[in-house]
Amino acid sequence: MSDDLILRVVTKILIPFIVLFALYVQFHGEYGPGGGFQAGVVAAAAFVLYGLVNGLDALRRVAPESVVETMVGAGVLLYIAVGLAGIVLGGHYLDYSVLGGAPVDGQHRGIFWVELGVGITVSGVMLKVFYLFAGRRA
Amino acid sequence: MALAVVALVRTRVLFAVVVLSGVYSFLMGVVLFALDAVDVAMTEAAVGAGVSTVLLLGALSLCRAREARPAARPWVPLVVAIGTGLLLVYGTLGLPLPSDPHAPVHTHVVPRYLEQGPAEAGIPNIVAAVLASYRGFDTLGEVTVVFTAGIGVIALLRRKAKEER
Amino acid sequence: MNQFGALSYAITVFLMVAGLYIVIARNNLIKTLVGLSIFQTAVYLLYIAPAKLPGGTAPVISAEFDAYSSPLPHVLILTAIVVGVATMALGLAIVVRIYEAYGTIEEDEILNRDREAR
Repeated sequence: MSDDLILRVVTKILIPFIVLFALYVQFHGEYGPGGGFQAGVVAAAAFVLYGLVNGLDALRRVAPESVVETMVGAGVLLYIAVGLAGIVLGGHYLDYSVLGGAPVDGQHRGIFWVELGVGITVSGVMLKVFYLFAGRRA
Repeated sequence: MALAVVALVRTRVLFAVVVLSGVYSFLMGVVLFALDAVDVAMTEAAVGAGVSTVLLLGALSLCRAREARPAARPWVPLVVAIGTGLLLVYGTLGLPLPSDPHAPVHTHVVPRYLEQGPAEAGIPNIVAAVLASYRGFDTLGEVTVVFTAGIGVIALLRRKAKEER
Repeated sequence: MNQFGALSYAITVFLMVAGLYIVIARNNLIKTLVGLSIFQTAVYLLYIAPAKLPGGTAPVISAEFDAYSSPLPHVLILTAIVVGVATMALGLAIVVRIYEAYGTIEEDEILNRDREAR
């Protein structure tokens, strides 16, 4: 795969756009189609593309396995933390209205962090599963 | 799409099965987009045509399998499947017509979400608002499911095959 | 039943039957998993087809439209898609381990080997 010049050049050009698209889908997901899941899958796809073309070792240098494993759990913890923040600030669990000044601001903030947590976990799990499948009997 | 599925049923070369499943998922994404389900279409295209295909190819290369052998007795499953299909057709006769504005899918809670969603949650994308705010517990469960699947795959595939022998 | 309704339900039932047939006909394990995913996508179609309103648009509120397709099935199916891929990942991991334990991924060979070992 790494001998094919066209493949390498094209992926070098494409991968930044794919990552940018993933970030766009994540953060713009409140105003248009998108959200955490789509963004997580697209971001993982960008890294998988890099790994497919340049080899698994190159991918391990860019995205170390320990970082990916941490991402798997960090997103869920972020989600739970937003819920607990609701309790700490006086409301119910996962009640976003108490997180900001006006309830609408609190909702906006809560949705933002929750979607971010979802995106982190989904991309971490997809990438980790790819590592496991591709790295077995490597 | 129906053609892709029929070809998938009939073919025995596993690589073709995987490619056809990617094609099918992408076509399903297009159909979902035509049905105005934009979030769902994006997720189905990304997940079905992207991640699923990569995982299937990975598993295929690990199992080193190329052809499926034909089924031993294809008639019994065919009869069972077609029988279930007839039952399903009988079931759909009782369902409301699609694109009926008075169907329950459009009347109970949905008008409230559509009218007060931007005011209460502050974001125009109602699907994201319902996912993250109105039905936030369900999304918490879903993230936990993804996390658990990741943990499960890690537990199953952590050590290399050679070390266990 | 109008044209669109009958067509969408017919396609849904056809896809479900095809997926079910692939799963229960004794075959390759990977093909079984693909058949399961076909069945799941047929269920997505079953939920989303009634949500569309003719003349409506995607459920993103904007000033130019006033009829929207119902967002509730979209939310349910989004969750279902992600759970489906999680299931498929786990199922494929199990298939890989079965291959390493038995040396084959054909269902009947695996059952025969179990029967002989007993």
